Parts: sequence; C-alpha cells; structure tokens
Amino acid sequence: MSALQIKKGSSKHSAYNLRPNFSDVSEKHTLAVIVDNEAGVLARVIGLFGARGYNIDSLTVAEIDHAGHRSRITICTTGTPQVIEQIKAQLGRIVPVHEVHDLTVEGAAVERELALIKVQGDGEKRVEALRLADIFRANVVDSTLESFVFEITGTPEKIDAFADLMRPLGLVEVARTGVAALSRGL
Amino acid sequence: MTRQMTGAKMVVQALKDQGVDVVFGYPGGAVLPIYDEIFQQNDIRHILVRHEQGAVHAAEGYARSTGKPGVALVTSGPGATNAVTGLTDALLDSIPIVVLTGQVPTFMIGSDAFQEADTVGITRSCTKHNWLVKETDALAATLHEAFHVATAGRPGPVLIDIPKDVQFATGAYTPPQKVSTSRYKPQLKGDMDAINELVAAMETAKKPIFYTGGGVINSGPAASQLLRELVEQTGFPITSTLMGLGAYPASGDKWLGMLGMHGLYEANMAMHDCDLMINIGARFDDRITGRIDAFSPNSKKVHIDIDPSSINKVIRVDIPIVGDVAHVLEDILKVWKARGRKTNKEGLAKWWGKINEWQKVDCLKFTQSGKTIKPQYALQRLEALTKSHDRYICTEVGQHQMWAAQYLGFDDPNRWMTSGGLGTMGYGFPSSIGVQMAHPESLVINVAGEASWLMNMQEMGTAVQFRLPVKQFILNNERLGMVRQWQELLHGERYSHSWSEALPDFVKLAEAFGAKGIYCDNPDDLDDAIMEMINYDGPVIFDCLVEKHENCFPMIPSGEPHNKMLLGDASTKDAIGNTGAVLV
Repeated sequence: MSALQIKKGSSKHSAYNLRPNFSDVSEKHTLAVIVDNEAGVLARVIGLFGARGYNIDSLTVAEIDHAGHRSRITICTTGTPQVIEQIKAQLGRIVPVHEVHDLTVEGAAVERELALIKVQGDGEKRVEALRLADIFRANVVDSTLESFVFEITGTPEKIDAFADLMRPLGLVEVARTGVAALSRGL
Repeated sequence: MTRQMTGAKMVVQALKDQGVDVVFGYPGGAVLPIYDEIFQQNDIRHILVRHEQGAVHAAEGYARSTGKPGVALVTSGPGATNAVTGLTDALLDSIPIVVLTGQVPTFMIGSDAFQEADTVGITRSCTKHNWLVKETDALAATLHEAFHVATAGRPGPVLIDIPKDVQFATGAYTPPQKVSTSRYKPQLKGDMDAINELVAAMETAKKPIFYTGGGVINSGPAASQLLRELVEQTGFPITSTLMGLGAYPASGDKWLGMLGMHGLYEANMAMHDCDLMINIGARFDDRITGRIDAFSPNSKKVHIDIDPSSINKVIRVDIPIVGDVAHVLEDILKVWKARGRKTNKEGLAKWWGKINEWQKVDCLKFTQSGKTIKPQYALQRLEALTKSHDRYICTEVGQHQMWAAQYLGFDDPNRWMTSGGLGTMGYGFPSSIGVQMAHPESLVINVAGEASWLMNMQEMGTAVQFRLPVKQFILNNERLGMVRQWQELLHGERYSHSWSEALPDFVKLAEAFGAKGIYCDNPDDLDDAIMEMINYDGPVIFDCLVEKHENCFPMIPSGEPHNKMLLGDASTKDAIGNTGAVLV
C-alpha cells in the first residue's frame, strides 16, 4: 500500500480511493494526529476509541506549535486493516483534527519512548543493575544508598527488555511516557 | 463592520445574519438574557415548546422540510439534558440543527451550581461538534462557525454552550464573512478516475440497481433532479432507504419501492441478485443489509458518500467515491453522455423482466374486510384523499412508520420526516410542528401510533397556542405494535408489557387542549372522517382504531439475507433462528 495521508479539503486522489486488500490479521499502527489545541479535543479522540471499541496501546499528547495552537497526538493502536482504515477515517471526521498520518504505512519512522525505572537493591544486584544500565545507555537520575532511578529512552521493545532485566534485580516502579514518533527523512 | 454589543444581543444578531426566521425553545435561568433580547425584536419568531426534546425534534422537522438548519434554544442543566435525544436523532440521520444552551456563569462552572450540567461533555458524542464559549469576544465567530459546521459536508447537529456572564458581558460582534474562512471544508468533487470506472461498469452491467439514501436529499434539490435524469436516461431500476424517500418519485416507472427489513419484495430481491449496486448517499445500515456475509453476493458495489468514514465501514465496496451527491452525479452524467450514453440494453430488458415477475408477487396486498379497520387500509385511504394536497408527512416509530413508508407515495424530496437511524418514538409530533412552522399553508400530517404519540403529547399545547393546524393521524391498536410483532415471532407469543391498559380518550384529550378530536373505528366512516380532519382549520387528533394484531410485512427476519423475506403470517412459523433472536 502506498503512503496513506488523510488531509481534509484535498480535492482529488483522496486516500480513500485506495483499495487495500483487507485481511483479518491484527496489525500494530502508530498514528500521528495533528489537532487544534482546544478544550475537549483529547476527550473527542479518546471518546471515539471508547465509543467504537477501538484499542489504544499508548497515547501521548502535547502542544507542538504554541502560536498556531496545534497539538500532536501520537496513538499506538492494534486492529485489522479494515479497523485501522475506519479509525483513520473516523479521526478525520473530528472537526478540530487537521491531519491524520499513519506512520506505519507512510514509510520508515522513528519511534521513541522515555521511561523512568526505580530499582531497589544492594550488593551484587546493585552493581549488576548499574552494569546493565550502562549497556542499555540508561542514565541514573536519582540515587540513594538502596535505590536508583534510571532514565531510559528507546523503542517500546527496548524499554520492555530493560524492565524485564531489572525485575529480578529489584524493580519497584515504572513510569513510561508512551510513544512519540516522526517519519524519517523529508 | 464590527460592533460592540452584549453576548445575548450577539446571539439574536447572529441568528438574523444567518437567515434564521424561527427558533424553538424553552426559557430558564441561564438563558434569560437571550430571552430578553428575543422579546425586544420581531424578526425571529420564537415557538415555545412544552419540553426541550420537542424543541429539538421541531428544529429537525423544520430542517428536513426546508433544507435549512433548524435552531433550538434551551436552558442549562435539565434543558440541555432533555435535548440529548433530539441531538442523537439528528446525528444519526445527518440533520443540520444548531442548539444553543445556557450555562451557569463561567466563575461557577465546576461548582455543582444550580442547574449546572457538563453540557459539552454530555453532548460530545451526540453532536457533530460542540463549543463552550467562555469569552464574549469569541461568541460571534463561534456562532457563525456553528452554522457552517452543521450544514457543510455531512450535515449534523451542533451545540453552543453559553455561560450567563458571557451573555451579559459586552464584546465585539462581526457579521458572517461572505467567503467562509473556516478550516472545515469537506471534499465535494468525486475522484474522476473512480467516476470513469463507475461509468464503464454502468455500460456493461446486466443487472444494475441504484440504491439511494438520505444523502441525496441532504445534498439539495439539484441532487434529486440529477438523480431523476440519470435514472430516466439509463433506465436502471431504483430503490431507496427509509431516509431517501421522495428523491426519486414514487410514481416513477423505474421505482421499486423502499428496500430493507420492511422493504418491498421486488426491491430486496433486486438488491440480492444485482450485478452492479450503485449506492448513492446511503450507508449500508443494518436495517438494509440484513446478514452481512450474504448481502448481495454477486455484485460489484459502488459507494458515493460525502463522509469518508462511511466507506468500507460495514460493506466492502469495489468503487468508493467520496464527494457530494449532486457534484458526483453531475460528473457521472457528463462522463456517461460523453462516452456515448451506452447501457447493456439486452441485459437490462431481461433484468426488468425478472423484476416484473417479482412485482407480480404484490407483496403489499391485504384484504380489508369486516368491521375493523386494517392499518394498511387507513393509510391507503389517507394516501388517496391527501395525495393531491401540498402535503408533508411525519411519522413516529414502529409499525405505523413502516406502513406509512410502504403505502404513502412521495414524489418530491423534503416531504417525508421520520426518525430512521435512532428510531425515536416521540419524534413525529414535535417534528410536525417544526414542519408546519416552515410551511404554514401546507397540509402537515403526523402518522403515529398511540404509544409513540403519547411520548411527546405535551406538544398539543404548542400546536394550539401557535395555531398550527397539524393533523395527528393515530393508528391506534392499543399495543406497542412492533414490539408485539417481535414477541409473537421471536419470544413465544409472550406479550411482555407491550400494551397499555390505560389509554386516554383521544377525543377528550384533544378537547382538553382546545383542539379537535375525531374518532373512527368503522371502515365505512373512514373517508368522511379523514375529509373532516383535512378540512378542519386547526390541530386535530384523529384516533383511528385499527386491527390490534396486524403484523407488518414483508419482513426480512434478523440474521437473514434479502432473499429470505417473510411475506405474510403463514410463512412466519419458526422463521427466526436463535442467532437472529439476539439481533435487534
């Protein structure tokens, strides 16, 4: 399937005229949704997923253009190709939504997530945690005599892997931001 | 052009500038400043309803019968929550309405103040868009944008929540711009490659059918004209959903009648057997498709819709065309003519031969005998006696609604107001008030069941106060007829709570409100009684006592495809399987 980009007001060759060959296999997609930064816009997006029974695996949102009142919502979702198409079309109907990008099909994209991970321990376990943190290029951002807080950035899979390794070494708490993503190149 | 005025004055000014001539509403504490402004002007008429749900349905009736957005004005809290059913109804049927709600002052929002409700939160999922306006300076632009969003693209309901301090405060008012500055601009023109592909399919199709819906009517009168031209020139048969009746005339010779769960045999059989289905402004609703995996199995499917999310939502289509119906039809005609006006004449002749055989089944036949009025007969007589009038028909929801769709004919768009998607009992009566306001000289009839009608009967006060001569034609079977029918077919004839043992005397009820009541239970008196209703200059409640256990046929049972229709009582035994029973 070629690049699928939903822009309102485009006059011809709409993305909807693509005819994807739908299958019943679920896929993970990362969507970037550019919205007006106005009251209730996040509730509209989340409400859509709730009302129509779509999945949200992760969601991040922040203002990206203060002067233009724009926010970017990054949603990781799972569904069959038909459901993914519906999600994009339904997002496109929301009045304050400007653009919907499916980063999974629009060519290569960079996906990053940040996590803070608290580990408790002493002796050999403490040393091992530090050694692994070094391998994963995680930074120590807080330290006491019996604990560390690591800051790690990477793909969700990398963070999963790091958290799994920390579990036997005394994992206490995890805070994750959800995925931020951009397409590669121009 | 910018002028300083209070928020309340801005509301009235914006309505005037948007061409609004009537507002349906109900006052309350949080909208008093706006009511004060309404009091001091004569350009906009205000119709005082008896319940906020009535205001929204009346605005819907006004909108459906004129093509212009309807406007309702209600107070905060209960005023807003009472409007929710009407908003949802308008959302599902794509009806453009603008609802203005009062709100507690901005500094009290969130304090659980008297008559405070989270109106934009509650109505977020039942409006196309909504706004809470917190600054008077933003009010004018929001009001104009609301009218644009309600009417542009796929129409729908919008709501503006206006706190009382914003109504009192003074700000800058700007009139609507000649050229819309809104960022919301849905695509109108269809993709030409897809249109070419469709025309090529039309040229060779042996068994084509047009399946049209409310989108044709929403697109405006030009769309109906273009549709008629396309049908006449190609000679293809045409059927329509409940929402699309009137776009193509019922008296036209290519007309197969309504399709769907209670649609005509020939229409559903043709949908099932066709090889090219051209969906124009309909949305493959479950009342239309029946069982999805057996829906029209051998056809190439084309879908013309202004809303991209309608495409492939329910039925996977081969040629999707996103655009406004009138724009797309114009291009189809242009391309089809330029390519030589070709159709598969031989295939079409055979196709019509098959359709004529289905038509011979005469699926709407019934026998009126004895001393009890059959509901079908009542509608047949109503049709015969009102057909020549400048007539608008509203309905409530249930058996009578389906019979009205089957037995009344509509030759023009915007003449048929019914609650299709949401199926709102209580829609018809207030809707008829909105229609009558828009068309004061016309004959406006609400075909009702007694149970639906009672849901918004308080609006008799509105009809009498504003001298709106709406005719309430109640097919009274003393039952919730459609519920009773499903209980008979699906639930072992256990009629759980589907009748009323305490119905009012409708004639006395009419008189209590200062209207006219007519009672008829004898087929021999029916014509005279209907004529008396038509000729009476004022609102009428017509209590037509009909056969209590009549079922509505044809019927596609839940979970069955189009070619498994039930045609009459004899075929109903065990017709609906266990899987069908869980569907609605």
